[in-house]
Amino acid sequence: MNPRHHILAVLVENKAGVLTRVAALFSRRGFNIVSLAVSPTEDERFSRMTIVVDAEESPLEQIVKQLNKLIPVIKISEIAHDQGVERELMLVTVKASADARSQVTDLTAIFEAKIVDVGYESLTIMVAGDPEKLDAFSDLVRPFGIVEAQRTGRIALPKLARQPVKLRSVKTARA
Amino acid sequence: MKLTGAQALIKSLELEGVEVMFGLPGGAILPVYDPLIDSSIRHILVRHEQGAGHMASGYAHATGRPGVAMVTSGPAATNIVTPLADAYMDSVPMVVVTGQVPYSVIGTDAFQECDTVGITMPVTKHNWLITDARDIPQIVREAFHVATTGRPGPVLVDIPKDIANQTMEWYWPDGVDLPGYKPTVKGHPKQIKDAARLINEARRPVIYAGGGILKARAAEALRAFVELTGIPVVTTLMARGAFPDEHELCLGMPGMHGNYTAITSMQKTDLLIALGSRFDDRVTGKVGAFAPDAKVIHVDIDPAEQGKVRRPDVPIVGDCRNVIEELVKAVRAEQSKHGKPELGEWIGQIRQWQVDFPLHYDQEEGGALKPQFVIEKLRELTPDDTILASGVGQHQMWASQYWKFHHPYTWINSGGLGTMGYAVPAAIGAKVGRPDRMVWAVDGDGCFQMTAQELVTATAERIPVKIAILNNAYLGMVRQWQELFYEERYSEVYLSPDLPDYVKWAEAMGCVGMRVDSPDDVGPTIEKANEINDRPVVIDFRTDYREKVYPMVAAGSSNDDVILDPSMDRPGGR
Ligand SMILES: Cc1ncc(C[n+]2csc(CCOP(=O)(O)OP(=O)(O)O)c2C)c(N)n1
Ligand SMILES: [Mg+2]
Repeated sequence: MNPRHHILAVLVENKAGVLTRVAALFSRRGFNIVSLAVSPTEDERFSRMTIVVDAEESPLEQIVKQLNKLIPVIKISEIAHDQGVERELMLVTVKASADARSQVTDLTAIFEAKIVDVGYESLTIMVAGDPEKLDAFSDLVRPFGIVEAQRTGRIALPKLARQPVKLRSVKTARA
Repeated sequence: MKLTGAQALIKSLELEGVEVMFGLPGGAILPVYDPLIDSSIRHILVRHEQGAGHMASGYAHATGRPGVAMVTSGPAATNIVTPLADAYMDSVPMVVVTGQVPYSVIGTDAFQECDTVGITMPVTKHNWLITDARDIPQIVREAFHVATTGRPGPVLVDIPKDIANQTMEWYWPDGVDLPGYKPTVKGHPKQIKDAARLINEARRPVIYAGGGILKARAAEALRAFVELTGIPVVTTLMARGAFPDEHELCLGMPGMHGNYTAITSMQKTDLLIALGSRFDDRVTGKVGAFAPDAKVIHVDIDPAEQGKVRRPDVPIVGDCRNVIEELVKAVRAEQSKHGKPELGEWIGQIRQWQVDFPLHYDQEEGGALKPQFVIEKLRELTPDDTILASGVGQHQMWASQYWKFHHPYTWINSGGLGTMGYAVPAAIGAKVGRPDRMVWAVDGDGCFQMTAQELVTATAERIPVKIAILNNAYLGMVRQWQELFYEERYSEVYLSPDLPDYVKWAEAMGCVGMRVDSPDDVGPTIEKANEINDRPVVIDFRTDYREKVYPMVAAGSSNDDVILDPSMDRPGGR
């Protein structure tokens, strides 16, 4: 886990141009977005953005304050890595001709991933989990040849206090 | 009642209390200019849209009410980007309405289309593209609310031509619904208590008053605070006039061209009480060396200013007036418990600096005319409550240094962005807002050439502003830097004293034009200008091009290294 990476959960008004305002603020103030995921919330007047920022502590405070000044931004919370549930989804197309295919499907099974498309020479696999798990899976299938890969960027919600986490915990498999 | 979008827009502006707007029509905004004919709103037709923006800004500075400008799409919208950026930097409340190509053709590179909302996003507090005529009253209310509350700033409303022509059922909303916008007005009581304790414990305190005092209408509160505590005050470039210069505890302007006492008192202080100021680099010099022994109390309505440059010991987010009034109560309580601290030694030290290192220049009799002399004469010969606008450059610094400000809202300049050409239109806007006041602009010859055409507007609209050009035939401030830091290698800074002929130019624009070469003529010419009330006046003061602005702290240097006027020939600083 990169300690400079901070997860911001940003609740915004679900209006045209809000994503531009948020993204532009980051570049204008000299901050880097590592990943960004946006979708409407259960209340469709609002959207939730999960932004992973690459920043030290004190500039982070500044970017949060500047974000808060945007009129359509309603609430910002930072989700510390040990206080949130983070997930990401990846689709990856891996070369898997006859001799390699079974090794790739084995890895897929170990990672509790799913084959979502099958081609003559390759497979497209869907992996979900925390970002480290996706990294690990990429590392392991890389020797076979990754044709294309797309990750969603992280989404996160705060851990629930004083009650068991409802989500099934997924173990990271490292080689 | 059915109205067109254009009618609804004008009616909404009227209901927001708009009395005057500055603008220039064109294709996309044509529908909105039609109902304007029947409106109570006075419209001032500018000669360039940049003028409209700065006039709105000058109006806002002088009156405290939001300045309003209206222009068309494309090039007109881009022409008003500079005033928006300027107002954003200086937190000036402004509402700019721009025309846009019809919504149905947005994105097709239509004639005079540009992404106004996209372009102005980073230089406005917020902006809106109207996509439905029914939203107009709501958006106009929101626009004025956002511009004038919290930390004020410019906003922009972009209205496509077809939306202006749509009909809608008129309504006027009760209020605004902005769930993400709730400025904090009241300071946190615990922080205020902590601040009061620090204030009562400090032995070398200084108040660092910024433009926020004026924005919050807190000049009186500040005065009460100073009277109670006996703490001296520096007033930044944006806060000149927020505390009267003639007050014995006013130390004047700090920063790059501040006076020695203001700069040094901040360096030596043990408690810096920042009120509506933002630790601008022009004030702090090298940040790491700024006010090294000071604890900091920082009062600002914008939470993002807390800790942006300097981490405060006691941050207080809130409206300056509100917080200062609370501070007065809290300090009074501290004083009744622990007594009032003895500041005599500190004040004595400050008096000594004032005696040893005053502002200084030499006006030789019969010698070349010194710009500082012009400003001192002008101050002497104008009413106390005269409003002074300024451009950007040496003349601006001299104006801020040598003018004596007796009242708040009498100083109008471009601080944060440093926009050459600000003075003439800003003075016009101020005079429109305060026709009862005498309004002078001190301008540079370089600056004047950027926006002088607005004097045509002033003549046509009978707005009798007075302009003093400190004509040193140079882009003087740049020349000064080249002289001091580029081995006198003067690159592209010469302008010529008589090209253009400022007197003829003034006359061509319907103004009275006069010229002054010698110190003896300064007074009589100003007096003549003061008599003229039916048209603008321009005086071309031919000033000494060699004069430099001192004191000076070189960019990036520590505020311990104040460079004094070499002619002072005194130790201290350098
Ligand atoms: C629009 C703009 N362009 C350039 C500058 C850089 N600049 C700052 S001061 C200055 C010289 C101004 O000359 P003048 O108006 O004659 O004033 P002086 O310094 O001579 O008093 C320049 C070019 C600026 N501040 N604004
Ligand atoms: Mg000049």
